[in-house]
Amino acid sequence: MNRIITIFDWLGGAVIMALRAFRMLPQAPRILKRTFEHVLQGGYASLPIVSILSFFIGAVLALQAGLTLQDFGAKQLIGTLVGEALVRELGPVFVAILVAGRVASATTAELASMRVYQEVDALVTMNIPPERFLVLPRLLAVLSYMPILTMVGIVIGWIGGAVVCKYVGVIGVEPAEYFQSVSAFLTTQKMVDSLLKAEIFGFVIILIACNTGLRTKGGPREIGFAVTNSVVYSLIAILGLDYFITKALGGS
Amino acid sequence: MKKEIQKERFQSEPHQPASIGQARAPVGVEVSNVFKKYGPQTVLTDISLKVEPGEIFTIMGPSGSGKSVLLRQIAGLEQPTSGTIRINGHDPHDPDTRDRFAIALVFQAGALFNSLSVYDNLALYPLEHRIGTHAQIRDRVMRALKILSLENAVNKSPAELSGGMKKRVAIARALVMEPQLLLYDEPTSELDPVMSATISEIIATLKEQYQVTSIVVSHDRELALTISNRVAILMRGELLSLTTPGELQHTDNPEIADFMHPKIDLKNPRYKTMGA
Repeated sequence: MNRIITIFDWLGGAVIMALRAFRMLPQAPRILKRTFEHVLQGGYASLPIVSILSFFIGAVLALQAGLTLQDFGAKQLIGTLVGEALVRELGPVFVAILVAGRVASATTAELASMRVYQEVDALVTMNIPPERFLVLPRLLAVLSYMPILTMVGIVIGWIGGAVVCKYVGVIGVEPAEYFQSVSAFLTTQKMVDSLLKAEIFGFVIILIACNTGLRTKGGPREIGFAVTNSVVYSLIAILGLDYFITKALGGS
Repeated sequence: MKKEIQKERFQSEPHQPASIGQARAPVGVEVSNVFKKYGPQTVLTDISLKVEPGEIFTIMGPSGSGKSVLLRQIAGLEQPTSGTIRINGHDPHDPDTRDRFAIALVFQAGALFNSLSVYDNLALYPLEHRIGTHAQIRDRVMRALKILSLENAVNKSPAELSGGMKKRVAIARALVMEPQLLLYDEPTSELDPVMSATISEIIATLKEQYQVTSIVVSHDRELALTISNRVAILMRGELLSLTTPGELQHTDNPEIADFMHPKIDLKNPRYKTMGA
C-alpha cells in the first residue's frame, strides 16, 4: 500500500511541478539565457554522439536488411526499410534513450546535489521558485532541441545505410537508388509524427529527471541512487510511451 | 496582489533599489505552541517564543536538540505539525509573506550556487526580482562585498573559497536582499576561533547598522553571550530556558550549566549515560 501511495505521490508531484513550471511561462524572457545554456549543454553537446550512434544504426539496419532482402530479390527496398524504421521508430527512440543517458542523468545529479546541499532551500528563501529557475529552462530547452536532434539522427542514419549499400559488395545499391527508395514511402505526416514522439519523450525525460532530482533527500549516496532511478524511469517511460503514442498515431 | 506587495516593499525606492545601508523596518517573530514530528519522532515539543523587532536572538542547544529544525520552520522551508509561526502576523510558509518581507537565511554550509561566481550568487536575488538596473545591481552587490571585505573574491567560484569566506559570501548574499529578518544557521561552525569571532562581529555590526532582526542558531557560547540580546536554550526539542546572556551565565539549572560550561570528567564519562 505504501508503495502505491509513493508512486502516486511521485506522479502527482511531477504533474504539479510541470503545471507550476508552465504557469510561469509568461516569465520566460528572464530565463532565456539559462534556456539557451541548456540547449547548448543538452542539445548541441549531444550532436556528436547522436550522429555516431545514428550512423551505425542506419548502417547495421542496411546491412541486415540488405543480406536478407537480397535473398528475396528485393534489395531495391533496403532504402524504404531503413528510412521507415528510422523515421517511425528508431530515430526518436534512440535519440530519447541517448538524452535519457546523457542529459537526464546530468540533470538529476545537478538538481539532487542542489537539493542535498540546500541550494534549492536557498532559492526558496530568496523567493525564487525552483520551478522557474531550475525546471522551466530545462523543459523549454529539451522541447527546442529534441526535434532537431531527432531530424539529425534520422538523416545521418539514412546516410549510414547509404554508405553500407554502396560499399558492401554483396549489397551494391547505388546511393541515388537507395535515397529514391527512402523517399518512396516517406510522407510529411510520418515525419511530423516522429518529431511529435521526440517532443513527448524529451518532455517526459526532463520531467522525470527534475522530479527525481528535486525529491532527493540524504547525502551523496542518495544522489547516486537518484541518478540511477532517473535513467531507469526514463527508459521505462520512453518504451512504454512509445507503444501508446504509436497506437494513438494510428500505428505510424 | 504579488505586484502590489512588491511595490509596497520597494516603495521607498521608486527610482533605485534601497541601497545597503538604508534601514528598513525590522520584523518580529512569534512562535506559538509549535510541535514538529517526522514520522513517529517528535523533534520539537510545544515551543513558544517571541522575537522582538531588531534584536539578536540566539537559539542554543546540543546537537540534535531541534534548533535548525525550528529555524527551518521560521524560514518557511517547513511547516510545523501543529502550532503557528508568524512574522509580523504573517505565515512564513506563504510565498506572499516572502514577497512582503525580506527574509534571508544564512545556511550552515553557505548553500552557495556552485555553478555561479560569487558575483552571480549575490546578484541572483535582485536580478530574479528585477530590482534596479544592471548598474544598480552591480553597485548593490559590490557594496555588500565591501562590507564583508570580499571585493577580491568577486569573480571566484564558491569552490575556490575557504570555509570562512563561504560563510561571509553567504552573509553578503543575504545582505543584498536588504533583509528585515536575518536567520543564521550555525554561522560559526567549522571555523577557527578568530574567524568565529569575526563572524560574530559581523552579525552584531549588521544588527547595529541596519536594525535587522537576527535569529542565530549556534553552539557557540562566546557568540551567544557576547552579541545576543536574548538566548533560548533548546534541549530534546523542548524550550528549557529563555533569558538574557547575563542571567544565563548564572543559571542554577544543572543541565544548562553543564551545557554552557562542560567539564571533561574521565571518571564518569557522559557517553556512558547518553542515549542514542
